[in-house]
Amino acid sequence: MVSGPDGSNSDTHEPPGEMIAVSLWRGQGSSGGLVRYDVPVRDNQTILDIVTHIQRNIDSTLSYRFACRVGMCGSCAMTVNGVPRWTCRTHAGQFTKNGRLTVEPLRNMPIIKDLVADMAPFFDKWQKAEGRFQGKDSRTDDVEPVRPDSPERKTADAGIECINCAICYAACDVVAWNPDYLGPAALNRAWTLMNDIRDTAGGERLRAVSAGDGCHNCHSHQSCMTFCPNDLNPTAAIAGLKRMAVRAVLKGEL
Amino acid sequence: MIGGHRNHPLWLAFALHRVSGLLLSLFLPAHFLVLGLAIDGAEDLDGFLVLTENPVVKLAEFGLVFLLAVHMFGGLRLLALEFLAWSPRQKTYAAASLAGGFFIACGFLLSAGA
Ligand code: SF4
Ligand code: SF4
Ligand code: FES
Repeated sequence: MVSGPDGSNSDTHEPPGEMIAVSLWRGQGSSGGLVRYDVPVRDNQTILDIVTHIQRNIDSTLSYRFACRVGMCGSCAMTVNGVPRWTCRTHAGQFTKNGRLTVEPLRNMPIIKDLVADMAPFFDKWQKAEGRFQGKDSRTDDVEPVRPDSPERKTADAGIECINCAICYAACDVVAWNPDYLGPAALNRAWTLMNDIRDTAGGERLRAVSAGDGCHNCHSHQSCMTFCPNDLNPTAAIAGLKRMAVRAVLKGEL
Repeated sequence: MIGGHRNHPLWLAFALHRVSGLLLSLFLPAHFLVLGLAIDGAEDLDGFLVLTENPVVKLAEFGLVFLLAVHMFGGLRLLALEFLAWSPRQKTYAAASLAGGFFIACGFLLSAGA
């Protein structure tokens, strides 16, 4: 057994090694600022590991959100060095610049406390975009077959793996400019449902997504697609909705 | 501010499209004003057009043609993005719009200088 310089046992205390200077946003609502914490560097350390280290070892009043730690639940997204990231799947080494790192809550949403953004407006917009499946069959009907190789199914497949992390929403400047804009995730969800042949609410949904704060606000600058951790392409989904809306107008259906 | 989430080529393509559009809309009133000179007679207009021989004005015209071309190609890219099937080569198309704009503006400068 090796003793550290302070006589501590090396099994429980690492020798003092390289440190990262982490600036974390601390505060409530709109008032707050960056606070610096020094965190030891570890192998394969994620941003979420760093935040957890601070909460467990330095200041237990720090608030942040996570659940699965494997990129499934979408609850751990934060702004890391100015860009929105899923923190459980982001290695700190990849983002640390000159031993420094900045972690802030996601933008475009109100801050509840510290690193926790209020996701309510984000999810409200899923409802506004009619992001609910509405079927026509009851439980006594047979399951309607959907061919995996049909164009609709393939189009829906391309957008279906959304984990509701709001990274695209935080990256979108149009949301920042028009807080009522439905945003990339809700519109992407609406697009997958418009391509679900079992769904019956297409008409209402198209009206909802092409209204004032809907798909026509999108400037196609593709920040959503650039930052989506699951490689989804909300820009393409929104372009699809725009085309559908134009076609419906030409046919006199909208 | 450019940086952070805006630090990617397609956001810059958006910014170029927006800025070129704004600058062109500033140019339009001046354009109509000069054309309006013709209403009062050819001399006024010709008197003004002599200015275009000035190298500084030539350079400004190069800028103008560049803005027009880059805005047109950028607009065509957006129309294709929104109305045709999705193409994953948007960065290539954005770079081609920029190159196309520059090419046309250079062509204008060479032919105007000749
Ligand atoms: S492409 Fe549209 S939805 Fe995506 S970030 Fe840009 S404006 Fe927002
Ligand atoms: S589309 Fe991508 S970035 Fe947006 S919420 Fe879904 S998974 Fe997250
Ligand atoms: S904690 Fe679930 S996605 Fe990061």
